Amino acid sequence: MKVEINRLRSILREQTDRLVTGLAVLATVLVVAPLVAIFVYLVFKGASSLNLAFFTQIPKPVGEVGGGMANAIVGSGILLGIASMIGIPMGIGGGIFLAEFGRGTKLADAVRFTADVLNGVPSIVMGIAIYALIVVPQGHFSAFAGGVALGIMMIPTVCRTTEEMLLMVPHAVREAALALGVPNWRSVLAITVKTASPGIITGCMLAFARVAGETAPLIFTALGNTYWSTNLNHEIAALPLQIWIYAQSPYDDWHRLAWAGALVLIILIVTAVSLVRYVTSRGVLKGAS
Amino acid sequence: MNAQVSEIRISQDQIQPEPDSPDGEHPPDSGAVESSAIRTFLLSRGNSAIADRGFKWLMVLCALSIFGIVALIAVQLVKGSQLSWNKFGFGFFAWPEGFSFGSVFKAIMDPNAPQPNYWDPVNGHFSALPFVYGTIVSSFLALFMAVPLAIGVAVFLTEMCPGILRAPLAFLTELLAAIPSVIYGLWAMFVLVPLMREHVNPLLVQVLGWTGFFNDDNPTGLGFLSAGVILAVMILPIISSLTREVMTAVPHSQREAVLALGATRWEMIRMGVLRNARIGIVGAVILGLGRALGETMAVTMVIGNSIEIHRSLLSNGNSMASVIANQFSEASDNLHLSALIEIGLALFVVTIVVNALAQVLVWAVTRGAPARVN
Repeated sequence: MKVEINRLRSILREQTDRLVTGLAVLATVLVVAPLVAIFVYLVFKGASSLNLAFFTQIPKPVGEVGGGMANAIVGSGILLGIASMIGIPMGIGGGIFLAEFGRGTKLADAVRFTADVLNGVPSIVMGIAIYALIVVPQGHFSAFAGGVALGIMMIPTVCRTTEEMLLMVPHAVREAALALGVPNWRSVLAITVKTASPGIITGCMLAFARVAGETAPLIFTALGNTYWSTNLNHEIAALPLQIWIYAQSPYDDWHRLAWAGALVLIILIVTAVSLVRYVTSRGVLKGAS
Repeated sequence: MNAQVSEIRISQDQIQPEPDSPDGEHPPDSGAVESSAIRTFLLSRGNSAIADRGFKWLMVLCALSIFGIVALIAVQLVKGSQLSWNKFGFGFFAWPEGFSFGSVFKAIMDPNAPQPNYWDPVNGHFSALPFVYGTIVSSFLALFMAVPLAIGVAVFLTEMCPGILRAPLAFLTELLAAIPSVIYGLWAMFVLVPLMREHVNPLLVQVLGWTGFFNDDNPTGLGFLSAGVILAVMILPIISSLTREVMTAVPHSQREAVLALGATRWEMIRMGVLRNARIGIVGAVILGLGRALGETMAVTMVIGNSIEIHRSLLSNGNSMASVIANQFSEASDNLHLSALIEIGLALFVVTIVVNALAQVLVWAVTRGAPARVN
């Protein structure tokens, strides 16, 4: 009798194992499926609407067929330029502090924790803060406000990835520079940061890709614009913002433009993420080993 | 560089050895050291103490900017919501004035009962209750759908996946995290919502309508359930990648010990890995919740944007983030704007608390290794 119970038990255990394996495979398929579905649908819908006019013309008035999102692409470029000018230096500076000067200190722990928490704050809240800080005193929406909102979103990401990359530089490199009489500040900048620069650049690209797709902070700082405008003091169009406005509109032609814009955006982001993956998998520190 | 090296060698050759004193002690320091070419060169350059200190403080300033940003956001939000806070107080997040809990409860339960006017810019009465309800319902629906799938994917990728497939599948899962929210919303609006409207919702009403949580009053396919589904797709990669990180942090000795006692693979995963990584997995789930609470664009496009509270999960609604996105740029009345900023403040506080809790839990398992959130 005991032998039968034991046999039953082990059969049950084996079958549970196989069931769970099947469930795990099913879960993976269910997760990969929407991703593939989204990509295929995007390419299918967006590619048919992509033409040269998309990249060179501004949106036509409602009801007319055609037009493009050239102003949105340029506008996104300007906003991301401002954001990078704010976010990248401050982020790299913070990363240098965390890795070089603050290692092991309580201040560095607090900065790291706050950066991670800040990463999780909804982007629309950042937009509200910049609205109250820049748009209200200035009295108008502006590309500058949008750029600042995107820039402060980049800082925590750049800071953390810079710290991680700098921590990977072996001590021998730093010590060699210091032993040769190079001042500390110069050793950090010209030796350590330079060694880790492929990794730092990929971190910046990651932050750039993340911020390129953000819409919420731009809704009430940059507002969007249907004309050509590169003036930093005026409203400016941005690609994700334009996609949102067109998607919610009742016009089929605008939906078509939204799909094309989504395809352009996703190509940009996938390229950036794949590049990041490729560089980090190849080995970050070509100069150090 | 070469000239300096040979210079060093020459000056080392030129240094005379100190004459030994009879009892073997070193002669006292005379104060006037022999001045070689390299020494005069180095001394004339001065030292970099000022530059070093300046650089260090510049870096400290950059790091402190992170605190500055948090303080900035907090100050602006508090200042902006003063008007609404002074007028409504805590009641802002409860039922609107003039209504009792009973009437609100009846309006929720009975689809035919009249809805109280929660959000009234015309008369200046604002209550954020529908938005709190919408945020909670959509986020927990998303968690309910995403957590089993995410843990399943993580278990598969860590323990069961053949080596060749691991990197591409992991890359695909992380690519899900990189897709912007607008594109999710776009896809959801044009693909998911019609799917829900035509196939899923009628099926749910038929099968689960008796529970009272699924009724067919809303024929559009938008609503809490659609928002929950797209939120689930969006928080899946975060939960899954953090769970994988936490599971790989469990030492191999644990797995081997369980296997040595004769466990099957599932038992090894359950007892050796998941049990040890429990705390971290909870942290990953809470992090996913934090992301779901703050998600704006995709939710705005599919939640239906209706300021009512109904019991049915298929009904239209609104979330805290989506009402801000919809109404902020058109709010002309100061009180309206202040009420929206107060919702933003609540969102800020809640996501900070949730994210801080999640970071602490994940850190406790990975022991301080940086927990990266894409």
